[in-house]
Amino acid sequence: MSVSFLIELTVLILAAFLGVEVISKVPTLLHTPLMSGTNAIHGIVIVGAIIVAGIHGQPVWLRIVTLTAVALATGNVVGGFVVTDRMLEMFKRRKPTPTDEAEKPE
Amino acid sequence: MIALPLASISRTDWISLAYIVTIVCFILALRFLSDPAHARKGNWIGAFGMAVAIVATFFQPGLKNIASIIIVMAIAAPIGAYAARAVKMTAMPQMVALFNGVGGGAAALISLADFHERAPAPDRLALSTSIAVVLSALIGSISFMGSLVAFAKLQELIGGRPIQYPGQQYGNLGLIAVIAGLGIAIVAGYEHLWVLVVIIVLSLAFGALFVLPIGGADMPVVIALLNAFTGVATALTGFVLHQNVLIVSGMLVGASGTLLTLMMARAMGRSVANVLFGAFGTLQVTAAEVEAAGGAVRPTTPEDVAVMLAYGQRVVIVPGYGLAVAQAQHAVRELATELEKRGVDVKYAIHPVAGRMPGHMNVLLAEANVPYDQLKEMDEINPAFDQTDVALVIGANDVTNPAARSDTSSPIYGMPILNVDHAHNVVVLKRSMNPGFAGIDNPLFVDPKTVMLFGDAKASVEKLVSAVKSV
Repeated sequence: MSVSFLIELTVLILAAFLGVEVISKVPTLLHTPLMSGTNAIHGIVIVGAIIVAGIHGQPVWLRIVTLTAVALATGNVVGGFVVTDRMLEMFKRRKPTPTDEAEKPE
Repeated sequence: MIALPLASISRTDWISLAYIVTIVCFILALRFLSDPAHARKGNWIGAFGMAVAIVATFFQPGLKNIASIIIVMAIAAPIGAYAARAVKMTAMPQMVALFNGVGGGAAALISLADFHERAPAPDRLALSTSIAVVLSALIGSISFMGSLVAFAKLQELIGGRPIQYPGQQYGNLGLIAVIAGLGIAIVAGYEHLWVLVVIIVLSLAFGALFVLPIGGADMPVVIALLNAFTGVATALTGFVLHQNVLIVSGMLVGASGTLLTLMMARAMGRSVANVLFGAFGTLQVTAAEVEAAGGAVRPTTPEDVAVMLAYGQRVVIVPGYGLAVAQAQHAVRELATELEKRGVDVKYAIHPVAGRMPGHMNVLLAEANVPYDQLKEMDEINPAFDQTDVALVIGANDVTNPAARSDTSSPIYGMPILNVDHAHNVVVLKRSMNPGFAGIDNPLFVDPKTVMLFGDAKASVEKLVSAVKSV
């Protein structure tokens, strides 16, 4: 096994643990935005799509394949972030009016 | 000023550094999601990180066809933005499924392109690379097709009922065995493009066959799982292309999807394997069971319920997906506002599987301007039912079924439920006396504390609003 592979594997495993740590702190309230937000994040495949679409001298069918990958990933990225923003914008705390505060038993 | 030895940092180093910025942004984006007050800011940080990565990628040495890539992106971006703007909040599960599929499809295509580039003759790939190529093509394709089928089910293009044929599980196992065999062939050195193409085609078929038998009510688990699949497929393309940014980002998503899958399965009181292979939707309740539970229900009128609510101290609203189907969210919000004006304490009890995806009900209520501090999750609200005067169940059924706690013969036994039956009074808004989505009868409906208000959820809640106003 090459050194670079072992480093990549280390990175993968650390990322898995980090992911579990960070995501277990997300309240159930926000699980739908979490899903659409992570959806946007896996849109990072766009980096891979651009790299393979930028390979010189591909046959036409492969050009179509790689540019399709770019299109899918772009839609994924833009749509993912926009829809997450739309959702998070809706989550509002109750406006604390003076009467409201007085009525609250807590 | 000290001259930094910037010349020693190569172009690829700069790109890698930019990718580290991206990784940090993504982690912060997820971190900010722990608090609804900052979550939106976090999403922007994530989007910024993505922009950094995209710009940096265009500086990759030897990158060609930049013009055509930019043109394709310029066409696809507005389509994605439009879809994201136009989608209704009730359709969010479909939307997320679609984006999952799209990401998985992209991952599979990247593997195919890279394999074509690097394996012109057999035995050219490092073992780790060929394994990653095969797995990302396989998982990406399953995710793509599985997500499209999930989308079609949720969008009701095809029926939500489980679709099954005899020997299905053996068929699927056989398919997986063939895919595995072909994958091993590639890894063992038979590096021909057609093998990978066949793997992709068979994985697409498997993705469809895998999701088709799963019923509509189990979709929260499936969507979360497909989310994990796409994340893992993305991480694997990172191994193919040697890009840490893909490995880390993909794995963060993989971890998130896996956690959500487990949480959703737990909220249904079932194992993930049972959800995926159990075909729960076909479970038949015998007529005898229904009759046994079918005691006397007490129908009531909006006026009676209005009095009960208006003179109560604490009211807990228990929304189910039926509320969203009837588009009654805004009417419910109006009812809560009327009650609060009278000094009634109103809260919402949200079961984890109240919608069609994790956290779905929260989004639907937030859209109707319900403040999020009124939305209480199951563990938080359950102890409060004992001090609740009225529990108002709207379009929810199985998640309030006390049989899940006590009746070992019930199909949903062991599923954590909202302890609605602990409230002093229970009002159930229901279209008719049909059993719930899972086809299971609910003893709550014949509880002496329970009254039933029959009719369309939206119409009933609107009647309640005007009745409360005139109390």
